[in-house]
Amino acid sequence: MDILSNLWLGLSVAATPLNLWWCLVGCFLGTAIGVLPGLGPAATIAMLLPATFGLPPVSSLIMLAGIFYGAQYGGSTTAILVNLPGETSSVVTALEGHRMARRGKAGRALAVAAIASFFAGTVCTFLIALFAPPLAEVAIKFGPAEYFSLMVLGLVASIVLAHGSILHAFGMVFLGLLLGLVGTDVNSGTQRFSFGISELADGINFVIVAMGMFGIGEIIANLESGDTRDVMVKKVTGLWPTREDFRRMIAPTLRGTALGSILGILPGGGAALASFGAYALEKKISKYRHEFGTGAVEGVAAPESANNAGAQMSFIPMLTLGIPANPVMALMIGAMVIQGIQPGPSVLTDQPALFWGVIASMWIGNLMLVVLNLPLIGIWVKMISVPYHLLYPMILVFCAIGVYSLSNAAFDVYLMVLFGGLGYVFKKLDCEPAPMLLGFILGPMMEEFLRRALLLSKGDPGVLVTQPISAVLLVLAFCLLLLVLVPSFGRTREQAFEEG
Amino acid sequence: MADMPIKISSPKDFWAGLIYLAIGAAAIWIGSHYRFGVAGRMGPGYFPFVLAGGLVAVGVVSFVRSFVIPGSRIGTIAWKPMLIVLSANLLFGFLLPRAGLVVALVALTLVSAAASREFRFEWRASLGLGVLVLFCALVFVKGLGVPMPIVGSWLEPYVPASWLF
Repeated sequence: MDILSNLWLGLSVAATPLNLWWCLVGCFLGTAIGVLPGLGPAATIAMLLPATFGLPPVSSLIMLAGIFYGAQYGGSTTAILVNLPGETSSVVTALEGHRMARRGKAGRALAVAAIASFFAGTVCTFLIALFAPPLAEVAIKFGPAEYFSLMVLGLVASIVLAHGSILHAFGMVFLGLLLGLVGTDVNSGTQRFSFGISELADGINFVIVAMGMFGIGEIIANLESGDTRDVMVKKVTGLWPTREDFRRMIAPTLRGTALGSILGILPGGGAALASFGAYALEKKISKYRHEFGTGAVEGVAAPESANNAGAQMSFIPMLTLGIPANPVMALMIGAMVIQGIQPGPSVLTDQPALFWGVIASMWIGNLMLVVLNLPLIGIWVKMISVPYHLLYPMILVFCAIGVYSLSNAAFDVYLMVLFGGLGYVFKKLDCEPAPMLLGFILGPMMEEFLRRALLLSKGDPGVLVTQPISAVLLVLAFCLLLLVLVPSFGRTREQAFEEG
Repeated sequence: MADMPIKISSPKDFWAGLIYLAIGAAAIWIGSHYRFGVAGRMGPGYFPFVLAGGLVAVGVVSFVRSFVIPGSRIGTIAWKPMLIVLSANLLFGFLLPRAGLVVALVALTLVSAAASREFRFEWRASLGLGVLVLFCALVFVKGLGVPMPIVGSWLEPYVPASWLF
């Protein structure tokens, strides 16, 4: 049993006291920041990223994974308790979860969410352990043409999965790709788009863009409407689902996990779509569908498991190919590069301890969240109850210090201001930031792979379609795109995002 | 015909299109100074040109579409909170190396807090601010070793940093 011995290796790495400690710290900090209204996982990770720089590589990645799960869990907590989802994928959880909370079943809703997530996380840990090595084996044979086509597929998937207009998703991808090229061209040493500013010579740090677009832009948008939260849940009681709840959540959790695992592996990041899809599915086929809209357990268990499964499966393209499926994974890749690890298929063979340690820590992190967060719910409720006008100056402080500490430059703070303003403007124009961030991180990689592919083929772009794997990937991308342009699917896509 | 008013049916498409067009055109213009190369040996100007071309194309489509296909309104833009929050951060970046972390943090929090309608001065919030500043100085500067001056060059002659820790 290869997979078991690999997982054992991973556990022996992840379960050292030191790594357990950092996993715990990560989960705690991630939840603490993640419960704050209006902060999704990407903003949370961006804010906490600088705190991991001082750790050894394995510990820092384990802590980051902990932050990620904590942030996700925190997001659902806020969605259930105050109906203020911090990210798109917990929007669905809020639908039924918040109604359960309104009917005095907040504790049960939280527990169902936690248990469904934990189950999905456990299944996906095994799925990743099962599928990552063979995928990495395939990926190690990838040449530049295959990589380039794979990234095209990833970008197309992110366009298809983006909310709102496809056209603007395209625009944002191009914009992101261009922004990614700012700085010194690795091949010729030419300074591109740096306006003679020395701080731009190394390019723009991804954390600055993420913090500006997701952190600052989001805060300005929240200030638009004033404080409209109703923190009705002062005291959460009954933190254990009834036998009836357990019985009813089994099937939806299984279905949600399955849906999430399939959609999550898409290189464009399908976690949000998975939770919308799982909710819509339950609403159609559940025995208790008449209860939907009044606080149905199924409506919490299904999207939560789908969301967690999807989020976890997005580690697969990151770990095996070095390609981020969503902004969160892009931050992970950024963190790996800072630690001196070049993400890609070789990580598995060169650093098995790191690879399997991170995978094992996923499961440990999920377990910690269930064990820790339900008892700590009192603290989270207190954090949620902090009025927003006291909260956001604090968030700004951590953003500003975090960005400054990246390279001790005030210039980075100014850049964050620029992206914060842009983020708000784009939000008003319904242009999604996620495809832009994906383009931003992929831009330099795509250029490099395209350059190498064309160098090998002596300038013949046909190489992208004559290599079989590359051709398949491009055809897939093309089909995805075609699918959206077909009117009936386009409508379904709109419905999926507007459900509820 | 000539003086028929041209109506923007979709303001969101209009403005987004203009932004794409402006950035794309600027990128093409700036990028034209970089060596272009040929497909087999892409120069530093090759890929940016392709991308900027794509951006311009999207911009043109969005711009034209905004006159044809009706879309939703943009809604009110929160100019005041936006300007206040953004300038609070600019102020932080400006003050940090010069006046030091303590002053920069106080400026950032007080200025940005003014963006909220609920803003008023109360002693509990001021106390919280003091705790926050102390926390940041201890955790980030002393704990994590981020090289930020607690007291900047402006104030150093009056309040030597060595007094503080």
